[in-house]
Amino acid sequence: MEQVLRDIFDNHFFIYTIMAIIPLLWVLPYALFAVWLERKVSAHMQDRLGPMRVGGWHGWAQTLADILKLIQKEDIVPKAADQKLHFLAPFVVFIGSYAAFATIPFSSAYIGSNINIGLFYIIAVSSIVVVGILMAGWSSNNKWSLFGAMRAAAQIVSYEIPTALALLVVIMMTGTLNLQEINQIQTGWFWNWLLFQKFPFVFIAFIIYFVASLAETNRTPFDIPEAESELVAGYHTEYSGMKFALFFLAEYANMFAVSAIGATLFLGGWNSPFGNFLSGPVWGVFWFLSKGMFFVFVQMWLRWTLPRLRVDQLMYVSWKVLTPWAFACIVGVGLWMMI
Amino acid sequence: MNQYFRDIFVSVWSVLIGMAVTFRHLFIPAVTIQYPDVKLKLPERARNRLYVNMDDCIGCLQCEIACPVNCITIDTVKSLPTEDLGITSTGHKKRLWVTQFDIDIAKCCYCGLCVYPCPTECIYMTDVYEFSEFKRHDLIYNYVTLTKDEIPSIKNRTAEYEKEQAAKKAAAAAQPKPPTPASSTSGSPAIPKPSVASDGQSKTSTVTTQPPSEKKA
Repeated sequence: MEQVLRDIFDNHFFIYTIMAIIPLLWVLPYALFAVWLERKVSAHMQDRLGPMRVGGWHGWAQTLADILKLIQKEDIVPKAADQKLHFLAPFVVFIGSYAAFATIPFSSAYIGSNINIGLFYIIAVSSIVVVGILMAGWSSNNKWSLFGAMRAAAQIVSYEIPTALALLVVIMMTGTLNLQEINQIQTGWFWNWLLFQKFPFVFIAFIIYFVASLAETNRTPFDIPEAESELVAGYHTEYSGMKFALFFLAEYANMFAVSAIGATLFLGGWNSPFGNFLSGPVWGVFWFLSKGMFFVFVQMWLRWTLPRLRVDQLMYVSWKVLTPWAFACIVGVGLWMMI
Repeated sequence: MNQYFRDIFVSVWSVLIGMAVTFRHLFIPAVTIQYPDVKLKLPERARNRLYVNMDDCIGCLQCEIACPVNCITIDTVKSLPTEDLGITSTGHKKRLWVTQFDIDIAKCCYCGLCVYPCPTECIYMTDVYEFSEFKRHDLIYNYVTLTKDEIPSIKNRTAEYEKEQAAKKAAAAAQPKPPTPASSTSGSPAIPKPSVASDGQSKTSTVTTQPPSEKKA
């Protein structure tokens, strides 16, 4: 992709701009769709119908109408807020979650930046989200926001450890941090996917990664930073209009980012599950997006199944369950590879 | 240590069970009734908007007396002996002009207490429940079938008649031996009956459930 663009254009800045915007072309419509899907999934899981009226067929235009409404809304900034940080926070949060898309391969032909420390970059850059959330909570000058932000920081920092350890299992097996190369290793039929290698260690690592990624994206059952029953809306209580929409967009972008990373590392990313059947750069996009969307759906499924954890339970799960088991997986895979 | 593993197993297992439950519910038809498009059938004796069939109203005020919130206002005028207002469908003779029959449905508490005392069963609950208005005044339903012009003329006639009667009575009281009263009471000509065509005009808000078409002339 980059090479093709280089052949057509001469301007490097232009080429990189195009390369950087391509994931956004997916993320924006995806976020609209996912918000609608989330409402539909939640509704049908509770035997309701969800939005049905806007746009005709099953309320498909509901989120379009919502975003139009949010654009028109007044941007309210509390008087006591730290104006600069309050303004910057939603952008930092969204940049943090969008930056992770830079090294996620959408297809064998497209990856934003084919750097050889891609996975490390993702783990590092997604932590910027915490900074944005802390900024939002602190600058709002609101006790609920601050509580939410502190919880988010504590939660995301703790859950980064099991996430990183679970990803370390993959890195041990593939010997590379480049996501494109990790994908190429899994080419072929679905039994080549890392998920089914060295059973059950990688499988457990995947579960650990998935659970931890739920916490990193502040999704239920780990949504105590937002915990609407106790904290109004957590760190984005004081946001309105488009800034709130940016937080929302960042949350859904994050959901897809972690799902896509999980799909790339464990489920072969853009690889077709059936050998050469429907494989190729364009079908690769299809497989990649459908695997990602599947995990987005699983996240929604879990959200409407499980109640919220308490803070102590949250920490228990992270430090006493996920982290030791991730270590066990690393040891298991390491021993297997040695023998 | 045993407890630790058991806890993990139980939590993973219960998460899976929960996911199975929610996934099953994903395919269970929703219980939602999409209200304006789909409406539930109301129970047979549902109490909603009141309706008064003025053809059968004899102006007995039973409903007005029964109303606990005073939302019914009725005004009647006696008819002249020469007038025949007809009989109701239940066979009661109508003796009174009903010149006002207002129900303030905004005040109505839907208790249905006005329905039971009605001797002619002309006031009853219907199954209409969508009658919101932008102005509260529009919720005062006017059921009278007389026109605005007819009401004062009827009132005048009756007042004149009563005055005459009172004068005659006074005259009779003055004279010890009254002559037989004149058969023709004053020079009032044949009084026209309220016309059927005036129905529409007489109601300020004519959002009634049944069209008052079954009028007897």
